[in-house]
Amino acid sequence: MKILLMGNPNVGKSVLFSRLTGVRVIVSNYPGTTVSYTRGETKLGEDTAEVIDVPGTYTLEPTSEAEEVALQMLHTGDVVINVVNATNLERNLYLTLQLLEKGVPVVVALNMWDDTRHQGIDIDLDKLRELLGVPVVTTVAVTGQGIKELVENVLRATSPRLPLRRRDERWAAVGSIIDQVQHVRHRHHTWRERLSDASVKPFSGGIIALAVLAASFIVVRFIAEGLIGYVFGPLFNNLWAPVLMRLSEILQGGGFLHDIVVGRLIGGQVNFLQSFGLLSSGLYVPFAMVLPYVISFYLVLSLLEDVGYLPRLAVMVDTIMHRLGLHGYAIIPTLLGLGCNVPAILATRILESKRERFIAATLISIAIPCAALQAMIFGLVGERGAQYVVIVYGTLFLVWIILGTILRLTVRGFTPELLIEIPPYRLPQWRAMLQKVWMRVYGFLAEAIPIILGAVLVINILYFFGVFEAIANFTAPLITNFLGLPKEAVTAIVIGFLRKDVALGMLAPLALSTKQLVVGSVVLAMFFPCIATFVVLLRELGVVNMLKSTGIMIAAALVTGGILNLVW
Amino acid sequence: MPDEKQTTLARMRAGQSGIVVQLQGGHGLVDRLSALGVIPGKRITKISSTLMRGPVTVEIDRTRLAIGFGMASKILVQLDDESTK
Repeated sequence: MKILLMGNPNVGKSVLFSRLTGVRVIVSNYPGTTVSYTRGETKLGEDTAEVIDVPGTYTLEPTSEAEEVALQMLHTGDVVINVVNATNLERNLYLTLQLLEKGVPVVVALNMWDDTRHQGIDIDLDKLRELLGVPVVTTVAVTGQGIKELVENVLRATSPRLPLRRRDERWAAVGSIIDQVQHVRHRHHTWRERLSDASVKPFSGGIIALAVLAASFIVVRFIAEGLIGYVFGPLFNNLWAPVLMRLSEILQGGGFLHDIVVGRLIGGQVNFLQSFGLLSSGLYVPFAMVLPYVISFYLVLSLLEDVGYLPRLAVMVDTIMHRLGLHGYAIIPTLLGLGCNVPAILATRILESKRERFIAATLISIAIPCAALQAMIFGLVGERGAQYVVIVYGTLFLVWIILGTILRLTVRGFTPELLIEIPPYRLPQWRAMLQKVWMRVYGFLAEAIPIILGAVLVINILYFFGVFEAIANFTAPLITNFLGLPKEAVTAIVIGFLRKDVALGMLAPLALSTKQLVVGSVVLAMFFPCIATFVVLLRELGVVNMLKSTGIMIAAALVTGGILNLVW
Repeated sequence: MPDEKQTTLARMRAGQSGIVVQLQGGHGLVDRLSALGVIPGKRITKISSTLMRGPVTVEIDRTRLAIGFGMASKILVQLDDESTK
């Protein structure tokens, strides 16, 4: 049996899904967290049933890609658990009635039931059951309340097979149900609602947005640098370095195997940035340089997500985003991209038009450096002075704006206006939030570490056989004359296809001038997406648009690098 | 004189309330707005607007929505009595 969890966006379907199946999924407080479906299993008496977490939708007449996914899923389900936000029956019941017209058995879960009391909402459950003709269960997904009862009622799900109605008739039917089952007591505005209003007003909203972004940046850096300075750095320098030196002695200080495992010794010592062996740089880059930033970035992002700030930020930046051919909600995939471009490009599904998705995905893969790359920029460029980090970020930001403007003027199609629901501010559920951070950090470790080690291995072998030498000589005119980089830098650009963090790390042993390092960082950030991003671009945009996007990328990287080299 | 009390959502001042009278747009616009419960007959309160014709924020059915300025210009609202004073 296949059970579908369906409902409006941001009503808690994914939390309920985790409760039912034990499968952990990313949950946040904004509409559109789930853009593709997740499967899990749950016990249904003696049997197991398949449970599917379907992206949220307001209607079965889809207006975005995520909603289309929802509609397609509907045809495959045996039972629908219609998750409804109990504090907003007026809007949620529209989808419920549409589902009841479809003939698929439905059970309604009135989620966030605990909030109805605080908000002074009384709902006559028996009357609601009678009017809908299907089982109605109250749930509080975040605490697990009502889950057992919900499972028991899955087998009692029925379909009243309501006659197909027109939209206005359906809304009229919703209105009539509301009049009969719901009573709302008057109450005063809470401080959260006042704060909510303040964050979308022109003046206070602007100040709040700037403060939140600045604070996020400072906190991310503070936590990451703290982890590097007090935890990971000392661990590598004081504990791991002596072990590697012993290993180096055992391998007689040189040779093929030594250079692959330990790397080349610099001044008779292991240098974690320059040795480039599997166990030296191959571990130091991901664990001591990148991981701390990944952890701190996702801590801050997850907090912003769960509080519910992001949709408000979308409102504040809407005007700017329209200049780039996007609307304000595109800020959410963009922010996700500062962590990793892969989920960011997936998240562009919350945007309505193909044009927007193309522009957003292209801009993200070119101008939005992921956390791994940023960590390396902080580590390597930051060493030369904070002003150079500012130059790298400033350049990328300018590229984002200029390229976005060019795309707005040239990409055909249209960009609809912003239309989003703004969820109430919520206090984060700390356990769930930390779990989400862990899932993302674990995702980084599981995907990045093997590729990083593989990349370091490949680099060493190719070096040994002189392959890079050949490539370097071939591309030397472009790299040296146009970008002002030593010809060896091309190997980093090639490796950038595997992982950008390792690629940037490859610039460390080249003894670059500060200018070269800055140009190299910018070019690496913009050039070719890493392989994981490449795959997801291909899947989301299709071959033709992916090739277009890649072409734009290469051109933009060369032009920007060239200009930077010339004007400096 | 109903016309005096009718205005668009874009033109309303923050804090004013009224009843949605009409969505003056094509299919796409009506579809998207009605999916979110913006339909004729609903009570709507404007919470804020943003600078440079940015989106307006409203409360409708105890939910907050952000609506682009162009869309908001096509939502016709009959203002409450006290709002016009």
